[in-house]
Amino acid sequence: MTTTTGVIEHKRIHEVSPSRKLGMGIAETLIAVVIFLVFVQNTTSDLITRFVMTPGGINQGTMGELNLPSKLTLLILAAFVLAIGLFQLIKGFGRQTNLMVGVAGLCLMLAFLVWQAAGKSLNLAGMLSSAVLLAVPITLGAFSGILAERCGIINIAIEGMMLMASMTAAIAGSLTQNVWLGLLGGIFSAVLLALILGVLSIKYKVNQTISGTVINIFSTGMTAFISQKFLQTIPALNQPKMFTRVPIPLLADIPLVGPILFNQNIFVYLMFAILIILQLALFQTRWGLRLRSVGEHPKAADTLGINVIKTRYMGIILSGVVAGIGGAFFTLGSVGRFDEGMTAGKGFIGLAAMIFGNWMPLGSLGAGLLFGFADAIGSKLSLLGSVIPPQFMAMAPYLITMIVLAGFIGKGQAPAAEGEAYEKE
Amino acid sequence: MSEEKKDIGQAILNEIHGTEPTEEKQKKPFLGKAAIPLLAILTGLIIGAILIAVTSQTVWAAFGDSFGKGLSQAWTEVITAYKALFTGSLGDPVRIVEALRGGDAKEIRQAVNPILESLVQATPYIFAGLAVALGFRSGLFNIGVEGQLFIGAACATFVGYSITGLPAYIHMPLAFLAGAAGGAFWAFIPGFLKAKTGGHEVINTIMMNWIAFRLTEWLLSGPMTRPNSGGLPLSPMIQDTAKIPQFFESPIRFHLGFFIALIVAWLVWWLLFKTTWGLNLRTVGTNPRAARYAGLDTAKSIMLGMTLSGALAGMAGAVQILAVNHSMALGLSSGYGFDSIALALIGNNHPVGVILSSLLFGTLRNGATRMMVVSSIPIDIVDVIQAIILMFVAAPAIIRSIYRLRKPKQEEQQVFLSGWGGQS
Repeated sequence: MTTTTGVIEHKRIHEVSPSRKLGMGIAETLIAVVIFLVFVQNTTSDLITRFVMTPGGINQGTMGELNLPSKLTLLILAAFVLAIGLFQLIKGFGRQTNLMVGVAGLCLMLAFLVWQAAGKSLNLAGMLSSAVLLAVPITLGAFSGILAERCGIINIAIEGMMLMASMTAAIAGSLTQNVWLGLLGGIFSAVLLALILGVLSIKYKVNQTISGTVINIFSTGMTAFISQKFLQTIPALNQPKMFTRVPIPLLADIPLVGPILFNQNIFVYLMFAILIILQLALFQTRWGLRLRSVGEHPKAADTLGINVIKTRYMGIILSGVVAGIGGAFFTLGSVGRFDEGMTAGKGFIGLAAMIFGNWMPLGSLGAGLLFGFADAIGSKLSLLGSVIPPQFMAMAPYLITMIVLAGFIGKGQAPAAEGEAYEKE
Repeated sequence: MSEEKKDIGQAILNEIHGTEPTEEKQKKPFLGKAAIPLLAILTGLIIGAILIAVTSQTVWAAFGDSFGKGLSQAWTEVITAYKALFTGSLGDPVRIVEALRGGDAKEIRQAVNPILESLVQATPYIFAGLAVALGFRSGLFNIGVEGQLFIGAACATFVGYSITGLPAYIHMPLAFLAGAAGGAFWAFIPGFLKAKTGGHEVINTIMMNWIAFRLTEWLLSGPMTRPNSGGLPLSPMIQDTAKIPQFFESPIRFHLGFFIALIVAWLVWWLLFKTTWGLNLRTVGTNPRAARYAGLDTAKSIMLGMTLSGALAGMAGAVQILAVNHSMALGLSSGYGFDSIALALIGNNHPVGVILSSLLFGTLRNGATRMMVVSSIPIDIVDVIQAIILMFVAAPAIIRSIYRLRKPKQEEQQVFLSGWGGQS
């Protein structure tokens, strides 16, 4: 749109259709209007929002409290979003359109918090810190989905894999009293399920949604069965050790960012590590190119000598590994014991994050953090005495995904050969 | 007019399937068609038995003594469990015979109650299974039956308790239809999105499921909550006039809804196989491209198929509320929506097949309750067995290789589905 220095093809791919440019601009302007009409108008000018900027129980990277004049802050936020909206309407952000929609959404959430906590105090850092934790299973679920779908296999069994992994991790962790072996156990069980999914979808060419459903029903039944038969009668089987906080030297001392990102348990670091590995491996290596080519056009890939079947098995097994880590998070990184159905749909939100993130690792992390933040706000709403039911906050990820799928925020770029079994001729 | 349309559609179907199947041709694969589901069920039960034996501590202890003791212990445990499963779901034959000989009406009713209870359990399965089957026939994968069921149940509950003073013959059907309408509306949204924007119904219905769960959670703890429920998410009791009548006194829950289910199944069969609408649905379902070339309105067909499927799912929720529960709580469904995918596939997406598979699953679930009491085997084993049966039905090649069946000349019809990015 603006000064394009790249090749012409680049310009074409990232061009934003006029109707979308208009739609996004209107949406952003509407957000500004909402902030102004609902939040600003209902705040008296003498109120102050007090944000505590250090999560509870942390003594590294502490920071003083932030006292914001509620009305002024809201006005600034509204003006900022309005500026984004107007710029989008007049000039357009081009490639950055989706990012700016995300920024506007973030401003809306911030404004909402400032408004809700006007005249009160809110531990913002604590909320962000728990948002990061809540984002872990969602983001890992999304990564698991990316690995499967980039090589052409629809994986709706992430939820089932995570549930099974969370139970196995709890049992393995309790038996060995070693968190790492617990994590390995979780990964192992998820990989087993991934293999079943792979064999059904690749070898037997079963419809991939049905094979995913098989895994999900099986996991729900099996975990409930084992939980009732053993975990509830033998408590020693359900007392794993947990991964504790590991502050990263120096980084953990940075105010605000340190406690939120660098003073967490190993799962948060794993999430970032997998993000970097995945982003590099998928888009900078030959391995990634091959994996993606199998997902986009298996026949062409086969013609070029890439083993489609093998690549797909590899993709689905790696998908299982990542889902296993995500599942183990529930028992070893968050709760410390297994409860029936404890994944509570996080695998499906992961799927949503994957779609919102446009099948890209970095985008999925952004979506995962956004959904985690929505989750964190939802759980704090009642404490703030909000009139908005927390359930509505919990619906947000699903609604956003449907809106994305409908093409209101730009068409997603799903791998082209997704869902099709490959038949060698 | 409609006669002409039908001919075009039939011509297309013939084009797709080759020539019109004649009576003789249909007869032979029929046995083959039933063989896979039957063997899948058998294998599922065998694997369930293995699971029972493997997870039993007494069996392990017996194996510690000697191999033979272990085997016999495993055998007795499995037999006890499965005996409980079948007497729990079909009744104790000895008791039934004695009751019949005694001639005491009450005793007879109690003796056959397990069978009746199995029918009660099968009723929502029939509706939900029909919902998925109708979707599959229209080329749609409705994985959102669970959510549609919840919305349908909520609508039926609301009409059931909020309206007073209506005679039963109006109130009851009204509440039931409200449930159907709720489910239909909930399924129409993904149908509309698929038809107009290409957003895939699988992902959209999954998302709609979770929105439905959160919505009902909010409804039951907010606007629709029972006064003095102590903060529990629970709706008020529905009016007596809205209740679907049960045939016998209290412990026996057998109700009219079962027969409504059978009638609805017949209606679905009639719609799918005897009307132009049904033909259009099926044509779009088998080959959307050919249907488009023949001038059929695929967008309309997608929306219609989805809406009807949702209506059936809504009925499943409504019948549970109006006939059995009489008020709505969050634990309304034991996964009917997901089980129904298995039901539809085992029943080959045919209403008769769906009824049969629903009866089977209703029986299993009912019997599992008794099995839990007798052998302390968690009821969730039914889910495991269901998943295994679904797997075998979806991948008949596995069953064929286990039982050395010959491969049929014609490849099984695959359910139409491609990626969900919305490219069409």
